[in-house]
Amino acid sequence: MKLTRKQIKTRLDAILAKYNHDNAMLVSILQDTQKEFGYLPKEVLSELAEMARLPLTQIYSVATFFKAFSLVPRGKHQIHVCMGTACHVRGAERVLQVIERELDIQPGQSDKDLQFSLDTVNCVGACALGPIVVVDGAYKGNMKTEQVKPLLESYK
Amino acid sequence: MILKKLNSPQDLEKLRAAIAGGRKTDKLSVNICGGTGCTAHGSADVVKAFQEEITRQGFTDKVEVKVSGCRGFCERGTLVTVEPRGVFYQRVKVKDVPEIVVKSVIGGEIIDHLLYKEPQTRQHFVHENEVPFYAKQMRLLMANSGRIDPTSIEDYLHYDGYTALAKALYGMKPEAIIEEVKASGLRGRGGAGFPTGRKWESTRKAPGDIKYVICNCDEGDPGAFMDRSLMEGNPHSILEGMIIGAYAIGSSEGYIYVRNEYPLAVENATKAIKAAEALGLLGDNILGSGFNFHVKINRGGGAFVCGESSALMASLEGKVGEPRAKYIRSSEKGLWDRPTNLNNVETWANVPLIINKGAKWFASIGTKGSKGTKIFSLVGKVHNTGLVEVPMGITLREIIFDIGGGIPGNKKFKAVQTGGPSGGCIPEKMLDLPVDFDELTRVGSMMGSGAMIVMDEDNCMVDIAKYFIHFLMGESCGKCVPCREGNKRMYEILCRITEGKGEMSDLDLLEEICATMADTSLCQLGASAPNPVMSSLMYFRDEYIAHIKDKKCPAKVCKSLITYNISEKCPNCGLCVKACPVQAITPIAKKQPVVLDQSKCIKCGSCYDVCKLNCVIVK
Repeated sequence: MKLTRKQIKTRLDAILAKYNHDNAMLVSILQDTQKEFGYLPKEVLSELAEMARLPLTQIYSVATFFKAFSLVPRGKHQIHVCMGTACHVRGAERVLQVIERELDIQPGQSDKDLQFSLDTVNCVGACALGPIVVVDGAYKGNMKTEQVKPLLESYK
Repeated sequence: MILKKLNSPQDLEKLRAAIAGGRKTDKLSVNICGGTGCTAHGSADVVKAFQEEITRQGFTDKVEVKVSGCRGFCERGTLVTVEPRGVFYQRVKVKDVPEIVVKSVIGGEIIDHLLYKEPQTRQHFVHENEVPFYAKQMRLLMANSGRIDPTSIEDYLHYDGYTALAKALYGMKPEAIIEEVKASGLRGRGGAGFPTGRKWESTRKAPGDIKYVICNCDEGDPGAFMDRSLMEGNPHSILEGMIIGAYAIGSSEGYIYVRNEYPLAVENATKAIKAAEALGLLGDNILGSGFNFHVKINRGGGAFVCGESSALMASLEGKVGEPRAKYIRSSEKGLWDRPTNLNNVETWANVPLIINKGAKWFASIGTKGSKGTKIFSLVGKVHNTGLVEVPMGITLREIIFDIGGGIPGNKKFKAVQTGGPSGGCIPEKMLDLPVDFDELTRVGSMMGSGAMIVMDEDNCMVDIAKYFIHFLMGESCGKCVPCREGNKRMYEILCRITEGKGEMSDLDLLEEICATMADTSLCQLGASAPNPVMSSLMYFRDEYIAHIKDKKCPAKVCKSLITYNISEKCPNCGLCVKACPVQAITPIAKKQPVVLDQSKCIKCGSCYDVCKLNCVIVK
């Protein structure tokens, strides 16, 4: 569903108000914006630039610099595979490969019917339980390659 | 209890006494770990189960259910302590809850099968501090994290919280606080180990009316999560440290910069700020002293380089997180070109301890050049993974084998990687190295933020070096050439080597790039990036040579150099046939070994993982 300009404005207004229109909070503002719209659509960023009186180039540079932001639509379920060192030495790479194969996508992409988005993260800080896969914020620790398929099935 | 703004240290002590009076010491309680590790084990369900069971049994007046911060022993989650006797249960599941409530909480019995058992000796331990994992630790910073409810300021006050703040504001001049911190020998826990007191002093002396203090909780080092645990488990200790620091430096504004990947840390820090403000421990006219200090929380966006102080400040200003050359230190010109003092979470958490117990006490712990304790995250191929807090100067062997319980699966220890991606790999012959800032740097690694990743014989050191360089290549901000190009070229060379296409001259080339990067990079990300390559070349050169000359990966990790093979013992159970994603395995006849077509095999290892009879052999 396409949002009207007014709807976008109302939602952005609430986010900007939360941060007292303080542009130094741009990273946080973009995080909330992404949470609100699912990703960072072009028209939303243009509107944000106008409302916050920031150059669109600055918003764009920040939105593309940080890994957390996406300029393309995301899937319904967000999969984050931890690629931290502790997970790496316990075989995170192979867990990731199985997910890539199962969903037929690479990190940074979403599958065709926008069910899943796949991303890698540097470390989620639960290193004792590696390898870790985080689905929609829920941690699955000690992942094994053969557990990937059932895990994905449970979200379908 | 109604909490009012406190206007003096006397008010604070009155409140503390009231809190103590309101608590019956003999009250039964169940204390459940709510740290991230235990949450991943399902501690939230355990908490709910306890609440329901206690209500169902009608014990709500008698028994209290408490959720604490991280206790470090993440391997054994969910961790539960039954008070006041302090019986320590591990690996608690929802199904164990009714038994614990009836037998242990009410009945006072000890449930044997939930106690920690030493894997080798099978000895059982009833109390937390007797467990070998904890026995050799010195938990000064983490002690309260496992005891208090991080969302309750009353809990923090009950355990002498904000006493250091009152002492600093009413009993010490700012200069005296700086002298105390200097005398304690505290060095920054974020990695570089810069003396904290000196940093404070130069920020205090820097000209300017507006000064900032920042708490760096952008813990980007993969494998390190002590800052996360402290921020989640005891946020007030960090706030108290920051307020004292701000008073000493002469700052009235502060920021906490937290990774967005740490949602619970953001939540608990936010609650802590609100609670401290409500009591007048933060904000205007703190404890009636006339000193004002405000703290804001800022979330990171998932860029490793933002852990670097100047990049972090750029990000705080709402800009791209790129570092700058530090001809002028941040203590002179930092955030918005004003004097800024940035310290790491763990550094701030040490401050109240130093003020309360004195510099002399603090300096009595540790080694000549590194004082106090350090929290390490002990992870990877080790029995007891988790957070360990030890005095500086303890040996690697004590940490890995006494506290960590050694290597699982009868495997052989190969190396321990310290200092995050830009740290180094330390081999077995150096296990008796005392761990402190200077010793780790001397052997080609570094303290970093305290990640300690244990590797065994199944880990390939060339692959590990490649992993770190790949990581740093992705995280290099691209501003300076040596880091942007150097990491890329090193990655290409390492890929070549792991694919069996390397040449001996590649090793010289690697060393040359390393030296150039170390000398010419703009910030420490690039300057320390060569560490994983240099240290593995120094201590594990034979593995590089095996890849280059013999075209073999001794640890059987590098895909291009291994093949999967089916043993003659294979009874054709069919598991691997089903698991193979590319139909490379075909059964021939009943009870006859299956056949693996090497031309189809993508070396994913699925067959190896599912085979229960060890019939898939990696060559």
